Amino acid sequence: MTNSATQPTDDVILSASGISKSFPGVRALDDVSFTLRKGEVHALCGENGAGKSTLMKILAGVYQPDGGVIRYDGRDVALTDPLAAKQLGILLIHQELSLVPELSVAENIFLGSLPLKRFGRVDGARLRADTRQALDRLGCDFGPDDIVSTLSIARQQLVEIARAVAFQSSIVIFDEPTASLTQQEADHLFQTIRRLSESGVTTVYISHKMREIFEISDRITVLRDGKVSGGLTTRQSNEDEVTRLMIGRDLDHYFIRAERQEGAELLRVEGLTSGPVRDISFNVHRGEIVGLYGLVGSGRTEIAEAIFGIRPLESGTLSWEGEVRSIRSPRDAIALGIGLVPEDRKHQGLVLGLGGSDNLALPNLGRVSRLGVIASGLEGLLFEDYRKRLSISTAGPKQPVLTLSGGNQQKIVIAKWLAVAPKLLILDEPTRGVDVGAKAEIHGLIAKLAESGLAVIVISSEMPEIIGVSHRILTIADGRLTGEIAESEFSEDRLIAAVTGHVWADETPRPQAA
Amino acid sequence: MFQDAVLGKSRLAFQRLGVALPFLVILGLVATAAPTLLEPSNIGQVLRQSSIVGVMALGMTFVLISGRVDLSIGSMLSLITMITIDLHDRVGPGVAVIAALGVGLGIGIVNGILVGFLRLNALIATLAMLSLLQGATMIYSNGRDLTVAAPGETWFAFIGRGQVYGIAVPILIFLGLAALLGFLLHKTSYGRRVFAVGGNETTSAFSGLRAPLIVASTYVISGLTTAVAALIIGSRVMGAQTNTGVGYEFEVIAAVALGGTSFLGGSGSIAGSVIGVVILAFLQNGLLQMGLPYYLQWIVSWVIIILAVWTDAASKRKKVLV
Amino acid sequence: MSAVSEPIDGLGRDSTNWAATALTAIGLWARRYPVWIFLAAALVFFSLKSPHFLSVFNLSNILLQAAFFGFLSIGLTLLIISRNIDLTVGSVAGLAACLAVGLQPSLGLWLPIAIGLGAGLAIGLLNGFLVERAGIDSFIVTLAGMIGIKGLAFAFAGEESISASIDLFNELGALRIGRIHAIALLFLALLAIGHYVLKHTKYGRETYAIGGNRTAAVNAGVRVSRHVIIGFAISGLLAAFCGIAMAANMGAAMPAFGLGYEGWAIAAVVLGGTKLSGGSGRIVNTLGGVLLLASLRNGLNMIHVPAYYVLVTIGGALILALFFDTQFSRKPRQG
Repeated sequence: MTNSATQPTDDVILSASGISKSFPGVRALDDVSFTLRKGEVHALCGENGAGKSTLMKILAGVYQPDGGVIRYDGRDVALTDPLAAKQLGILLIHQELSLVPELSVAENIFLGSLPLKRFGRVDGARLRADTRQALDRLGCDFGPDDIVSTLSIARQQLVEIARAVAFQSSIVIFDEPTASLTQQEADHLFQTIRRLSESGVTTVYISHKMREIFEISDRITVLRDGKVSGGLTTRQSNEDEVTRLMIGRDLDHYFIRAERQEGAELLRVEGLTSGPVRDISFNVHRGEIVGLYGLVGSGRTEIAEAIFGIRPLESGTLSWEGEVRSIRSPRDAIALGIGLVPEDRKHQGLVLGLGGSDNLALPNLGRVSRLGVIASGLEGLLFEDYRKRLSISTAGPKQPVLTLSGGNQQKIVIAKWLAVAPKLLILDEPTRGVDVGAKAEIHGLIAKLAESGLAVIVISSEMPEIIGVSHRILTIADGRLTGEIAESEFSEDRLIAAVTGHVWADETPRPQAA
Repeated sequence: MFQDAVLGKSRLAFQRLGVALPFLVILGLVATAAPTLLEPSNIGQVLRQSSIVGVMALGMTFVLISGRVDLSIGSMLSLITMITIDLHDRVGPGVAVIAALGVGLGIGIVNGILVGFLRLNALIATLAMLSLLQGATMIYSNGRDLTVAAPGETWFAFIGRGQVYGIAVPILIFLGLAALLGFLLHKTSYGRRVFAVGGNETTSAFSGLRAPLIVASTYVISGLTTAVAALIIGSRVMGAQTNTGVGYEFEVIAAVALGGTSFLGGSGSIAGSVIGVVILAFLQNGLLQMGLPYYLQWIVSWVIIILAVWTDAASKRKKVLV
Repeated sequence: MSAVSEPIDGLGRDSTNWAATALTAIGLWARRYPVWIFLAAALVFFSLKSPHFLSVFNLSNILLQAAFFGFLSIGLTLLIISRNIDLTVGSVAGLAACLAVGLQPSLGLWLPIAIGLGAGLAIGLLNGFLVERAGIDSFIVTLAGMIGIKGLAFAFAGEESISASIDLFNELGALRIGRIHAIALLFLALLAIGHYVLKHTKYGRETYAIGGNRTAAVNAGVRVSRHVIIGFAISGLLAAFCGIAMAANMGAAMPAFGLGYEGWAIAAVVLGGTKLSGGSGRIVNTLGGVLLLASLRNGLNMIHVPAYYVLVTIGGALILALFFDTQFSRKPRQG
């Protein structure tokens, strides 16, 4: 798939050798060495916590390494701060876009080095002209004076890339750039990256999506536990090899789908409309796992939030066990027997400063207290029970969850909802930021829950996951239900078709492909 | 594993009290400079004086743990004291006491609605209430100070001047309320909700907690403790001035911060606040005994709050990195 | 070229459409910045109630009153846009006034003024240092400083009012150009400079960036810490200036000068539509807030509302301003 013009050459633009970095209690990078060649697309992969982000932040001047040497363009350099890196020509495009929503496109691109006239006045004409030039080179359909907050996510990403063009960067680092993009937007991004390559710009591409890595990259460096576990040439490698290097063993993760033993209808959603979500109707049975598949921003999360009483319904009804009920708050939802494992674990799922048992008790305070007084014995027993059942590893019930791994944190969130003995459990991206081992455990748990009669809704943007665990998949695009796929017809192609068919329907023009 | 947890906990407790350690040293120095400081009669007196700040600090602890702050308590203290003394002579002590608690409750509810339900910025909203209540005090009293006509003949004197088994009643009220509110904060499901809301409001709402109500309730507690403090000060002085409570909010905040309660919400303790109140009281009394003017206490409060919060911020930063 | 400007460019030549466009623009603007409507309403109300309200003499008095806490609100607009706050400004004004007047007998006219301004600058730098280097929230840093600095002022001046001993000081304070106080003109000049800085300079644009997305600003290489510390220094300097101007105008100083002024200044900024959550705001609208509060204060006095109600007014205005802050926080836009 690589473009012929992006053939790697042997001129090394940057070499890092012996890079080490420790944080209190963690050795994030241990003697890492790698090289970047001029004009290549270099993929960097590894599991969460393997050290990818730390390495990139060192190259971008955000962190300082404890040891090691970085040679750039043939000389040793000290990347003491982001500005130094930027001036050398290294630009990091963050996962969370690094833009100021209230400023214009031009001001964002040149933030930190705005051109000046006399009396400290910003040179508006030059600012606009320079920006226009960069935007034109990328084929952008918006102007220098547009306010960034009015642009779509994909266009905002183009603003960041325009920075690289404007500063004539020689290395651009992308950190999981397609997380919030539709397929078309991602394709457009790849064209942009190829265009950068043709003009000699080196791209570092961080992702865990194999398909993208093999579509766009020339070479691959794999990190595991802070060390380089392999350097590959993309055309001579394959997905299995990369996965093996990432996790250190053969990937043996097959999904155990719950045996289907569908019971009575539990929840029926009719004409649900709320914010970006329009006219959604579906149902869920006891013992059934329904997958909600859609891209980030398609409205999946909003559907879950509407059912759970977090966002108000503009119209539509929810029937629970055959009766129409109004759910106005999470309290109402919990009282009916609904639990929600939210998308954003750290901000919505946990109180990070409190211990595991405190978090577990949060929706179960009635259960662990007598006359409003917490019975610490009951609280401890409850935690111990779930600690064993979900094999959560902590130093003790009061260890702040802040210090636990992503997998253990997620297990605590799931445990907290299992403890309310729900009839319906909604899991929104249940394995995001969770390592491979815990991921398999969570999938197994979901299957077990369904077999015990629980109704489950799983929301995910990972196709293998949604295909692997669901009994039935509903596809969402642009806030509307676009399809329902039965288990016998599951395939990645069908899912892609279902979620991309409507993507372009009502939106303003997208960035034009060149 | 269990040992780890216990050790971790005691280390945490040590860190929290670490805020207070330098002040214990300063206190030692002050005690050598003013030897009368630690005489038994003086100790009793300092504790009695500290009970007013102390009672208000109990309520402030709830507000701070819920992630908010209440700056209106100083003016509220002035207003409630004024109303109490006025009603005491016009209607009678019983009504005055009930009215005081009622006004504290009412102002607490107003603060709670503004910050909890209308979600206004707590600092600025209660700063506004500080000004508003100061104005209300002036309007109520028409700018005059009031005194009780016959202070020797009312049971109201018992609250601020009485003794039980040789212990001053204000101290008993302070410690009794500390025990009660400590139980409420640390042992009940309500208290756990306050910690949860202060620690992470979104998670709390997602877990079915009524965050606005819980935030509002902490202001009601703060209003009630301020009313109790007003009863103590009114009974003690047997009078009310329009500026009775000016600056109290700072002393209270300094004491609570000294006791290790975080301004960021989600952590703190009643025991810490009691310790903070006592250390601050001895420090201030010592400075007074050394002949230093009262406004020096303001500078002391400044330094204490900054150092306490600095320590807190530094320890939080360390934890986030791990 | 941008999508927004096209329809206006295309149709704007037609005079009726031009008028309609202008009206819509005014309507939009009024909805976004209701402070000017409030100001107009207050002016109409008080001029109906009191015949002297709109006299040139009274208006120039309102402008003078506005100037005093207006100095503070210029610095506060900058700080609030960068998502910080400075509650020490009232106390700093009191301290600077006491220094500038109290040192006159021994040091003459100019040196004490410089010392007063220097104290404001130093406290601003200290606040900025504590916020940026120690990492403490500016609310807490300056809340504590509010009482501590008042303590410093009392420690220096005692509890008595001190009279200025140099006539030139008082003459400068009473100076008028035409019928307008020089202090008021100075305020307007500083306001204009503030507007220029925010709208057209690197420092100003970076202020919006820091308040809007601090991480982005750091990543782009903006020297955020230095920027914020300078912001606090500006605020401290302006606060000191306010105190000295007040002392010069009254010919005396006392530590309680500026008491509660932080409330007035913040209310003015927030009424002017600057968001406490940072990233947006315009200094011109702060002027609207300043004029509104000064008119209210003066007008209530003119119609013989007792002075106590001033405290209630400021409290009420602040709560109202906060209410607008939360109500309109979903319409972000800046100049």
